[in-house]
Amino acid sequence: MSASPAAQTSRAPGAAFIFKKALISALVALVLFSLMIGVRTEAGSDGQLTYWTRFGDLAAMVAAVFGGSILVELLRQWWGPVGTVRVVPASVQSTLSFAGRLVAPVLLVFTFLVPVLFYDERYILDLGILVLTYVMLGWGLNVVVGLAGLLDLGYVAFYAVGAYSYALLATNFGLSFWVCLPLAGILAAFWGVLLGFPVLRLRGDYLAIVTLAFGEIIRLVIINWQSLTGGPNGVTGIPRPTLFGIPLTPGDDGLAAMLGIEFSTTHRIVFLFYLILALALLTNWVTIRLRRLPIGRAWEALREDEVACRALGINTTTTKLTAFATGAMFGGFAGAFFATRQGFISPESFTFHESALVLAIVVLGGMGSQLGVALAALAMIGGFELFRGLEQYRMLVFGMAMVLLMIWRPRGLIGHRAPTVFLKTNQAISSDLVKEGHG
Amino acid sequence: MSGDPILSVDRLSMRFGGIVAVNDLSFGAERRNITALIGPNGAGKTTVFNCITGFYKPTSGAMRLTHDDGHAIRLERLNDFRISKLARVARTFQNIRLFPGMTALENLMVAQHNALMRASGLTFLGLIGAPSWRKAEQAAIDLAQTWLDRIGLLDRADDAAGNLPYGDQRRLEIARAMCTQPALLCLDEPAAGLNARESAALSELLLSIRGDHGTSILLIEHDMSVVMEISDHVVVMDHGIKIAEGTPQQIRDDPKVIAAYLGADEEEAIAVMESGT
Repeated sequence: MSASPAAQTSRAPGAAFIFKKALISALVALVLFSLMIGVRTEAGSDGQLTYWTRFGDLAAMVAAVFGGSILVELLRQWWGPVGTVRVVPASVQSTLSFAGRLVAPVLLVFTFLVPVLFYDERYILDLGILVLTYVMLGWGLNVVVGLAGLLDLGYVAFYAVGAYSYALLATNFGLSFWVCLPLAGILAAFWGVLLGFPVLRLRGDYLAIVTLAFGEIIRLVIINWQSLTGGPNGVTGIPRPTLFGIPLTPGDDGLAAMLGIEFSTTHRIVFLFYLILALALLTNWVTIRLRRLPIGRAWEALREDEVACRALGINTTTTKLTAFATGAMFGGFAGAFFATRQGFISPESFTFHESALVLAIVVLGGMGSQLGVALAALAMIGGFELFRGLEQYRMLVFGMAMVLLMIWRPRGLIGHRAPTVFLKTNQAISSDLVKEGHG
Repeated sequence: MSGDPILSVDRLSMRFGGIVAVNDLSFGAERRNITALIGPNGAGKTTVFNCITGFYKPTSGAMRLTHDDGHAIRLERLNDFRISKLARVARTFQNIRLFPGMTALENLMVAQHNALMRASGLTFLGLIGAPSWRKAEQAAIDLAQTWLDRIGLLDRADDAAGNLPYGDQRRLEIARAMCTQPALLCLDEPAAGLNARESAALSELLLSIRGDHGTSILLIEHDMSVVMEISDHVVVMDHGIKIAEGTPQQIRDDPKVIAAYLGADEEEAIAVMESGT
């Protein structure tokens, strides 16, 4: 501090500025909290309104905001960005980047080992299945939002189509999971194209609103088409998946009896775990492959500049539709898995909340980054469980964590883009240059 | 106009509401020639470009593109991406429109989309990594590499396009257009913002494109040194109409052109010219 007074004054706005800022913050807090905290209202014994004032609490709150504002401003001055001087030495940086490259393989190996390590802990296995489901949904939506840059707020619609496709085909026609899985994907992709057509001309916010509406339409249709979907009661008795025809049941024809081992319900959980892991990895593999194919490059080019795409002879209509269809297909697979895991589905599972959650995973992970999405799903779903001990403060902590993350890493956990092809060096592209897409 | 026009524009008009941007314009571009379209700001040059490349639907008029094999295409009947795909007309933009978050190499790969899409069996052959696809992809990379070499950006192939200096971005956009294997290349002010040395390099590049690839070029340009040096034929527009046409030498001496650029009457321009010589 004392070593560089000149530098200090050049970027420190001075005491008056800090004081003024803190005063404004305190004023805003006063206005906000005067009603929220200052006056406590309650219904009296006869239903009349009783209220009393809590000016002491209010004063404490405003004082806390005032002090906190000064503290934040001081911290910002001490720790704020200082030119381009690298605080971390180069050797540590190279070690970190090496460790960064190891994250994905280590995570993958760990995921494979989860059922072995936590065989007796049903809770962790269930949580793992849940996280992997969202990883898969995130990777599916990543095609639409991250690669093609089309903001889709109704992704849950395809999840629902997949789930109901499997549930209805299996309960009505007795088709097995392995037959229904591709059918669920195809049907969801079909709905993706169907949604794609009317929204082709829309961009940005308008696209988001229409996809949001589409998600709601699907849910309302499911609720109201009682004769087919059972309405709000949902579909029950959805068959469990089989290991290529061998059921995982305690009966004589079950897998346990066949292998001559004692039956345990954990077998099914472990099977489901590896099933969703396989589906998620399939999604990942296909997406990585597609990125290196002309269609994937066209998606990314579409995100970067649609006009330039048209000038290069790229059919933007089919490019957008394939993006919608591909994303929807993976959503459909995930939906079919969800149905077979739960054994029961109802429209309640397919609310806007799910769409928002999956979109948050994609945005948080860094749009277009496969590893980022996986980490974000782990943080969002697993982290949410981690805070369960905090009870009602869980949302608060979680919201705060997200705000902080968005301040430090506005383009998501992994913001940079890896090129799909390179001549000599495979260098990541800074997120400043990569467009977010606008419809 | 004699010989073998690759593009003939016939009585083209474009109106935006009450504004007539292009009025009854007719001109032709010879095969394997560089045709320049010049005129003061707001003359309607870019509108003509947008009509030719399908970004605007002309109010009236016909545009005929004749390929080397004699196959003729009516451009006004095709819309946006089909003009590039079927008629093989490529263009660049006045304000550069690269894909900034993709590398220089990727930009050139995207340009070969249609050819690669066929080679990848509409993605399915590519997904399973068929040998024919691998070969096609390598060929596409080789082509991109050739172009990067020609525009002197081979060293920066793996850099994001948005990180390249301005002049490099201009050249990369031209290379990207050339990677679509066009019959007609439309360049909208390629020398804008370039310094004298870069302009000279650009002239050389355009001449080599015409000479080595037999690509016809249609050029909008304000930089008269470039226009006069490389053009075979010049069309001058003002207020949406053609006011002159001819070789660079003829245009240079045309009083109507000078009047349009100086914003003066024709008589005044003649007087200026006579007093100057």
